[in-house]
Amino acid sequence: MNDTELELWEVFAQKEIGAPHEHCGSLHASDAEMALQNARDVYCRRNEAINIWVVQSKFITSSTPDDSPMMFDPAKDKIYRHPQFYTSPKKIKNLF
Amino acid sequence: MKNNYDELVSKNIYDYLLQLGDDRLILGHRVSEWCGHAPILEEDIALANISLDLIGQSSFIYKIACEIEAKNRTEDDLAFYRAPNNFKCIEIVELPKGDFAFTIVRQLFFSLFNDLTLNLLSNSHFIPLAEISLKAVKESAYHTRHSKEWIKRLGNGTEESHRKIQIAVDELWKYTFQMFEESQSEKLLIEKGIISDTKSIKSDWLKVIEIILTEANIKIPEVTENHLFTRTRNFHTEHLSHLLAEMQSVPRSYPNLKW
Repeated sequence: MNDTELELWEVFAQKEIGAPHEHCGSLHASDAEMALQNARDVYCRRNEAINIWVVQSKFITSSTPDDSPMMFDPAKDKIYRHPQFYTSPKKIKNLF
Repeated sequence: MKNNYDELVSKNIYDYLLQLGDDRLILGHRVSEWCGHAPILEEDIALANISLDLIGQSSFIYKIACEIEAKNRTEDDLAFYRAPNNFKCIEIVELPKGDFAFTIVRQLFFSLFNDLTLNLLSNSHFIPLAEISLKAVKESAYHTRHSKEWIKRLGNGTEESHRKIQIAVDELWKYTFQMFEESQSEKLLIEKGIISDTKSIKSDWLKVIEIILTEANIKIPEVTENHLFTRTRNFHTEHLSHLLAEMQSVPRSYPNLKW
């Protein structure tokens, strides 16, 4: 059943200063201001956020399950891409 | 609460707090009737938030009213064990919720009035009231913004949404004048310098409402004075008794019940 003709939006909330915005859900709204208000009312009424982003779901491009083998599998065995793969020269005290 | 006010002033602070609390409790209850019935899920939650904010404000206000009354009563006694004729609310908050247009237009009218009042009371010399107002004014500012944005969209939306908002404005307009009628207690508290003069609220309210309704393409009714039968807060519409009968039924059937 199509219960609404309003646009679908995705909501991202920031918990504290410096923290990344994290996806917390989606909602329906007629435009950006109403999406922001709905996001505040639906996802941030229990002190969850200090800042929110809303973006229309249609503007998000997602990879598909078909993309997964070529996009993500090759990264699985490239251990040399992690810094832990390398040993630090002994003389250097403060590398990180 | 120990206070330095004489009996007359204390009595009038109590009366004034009742009128503030009653407006917010009764409208809060009315808005709560939308819970599970709003046009979309998101608005259902938004209205429930507004309702809880208003009931919360009334609860804080009743609490200091009970302290100044010093008769060992609680905020629940004031909400659930008073008869309709002892309530001090204005008529606009008593009216049945109507359709969504009616609810959201009333919400704009009251929220802006609430916001201007709380802003003013934030400077009250009666500190408990100033503290509550300073906290609640953030809520009223949001309620005003939320209903304003709806009205702008519905007023400029479809032919039907525009018509419904115009009907709601026409119907509710005559009730707005009562918001600005100064009560006896209000007058005395202003005279004693405990709260600031509230006269500016009406013109400020009108100014902002005119801007919003113009933006929403809604005509402002030509009525310019209070034509309601009652100007004081001592008489009520028939709707208040029905509302209270429902709201008070559980505590009156099972006094002191805890869960």
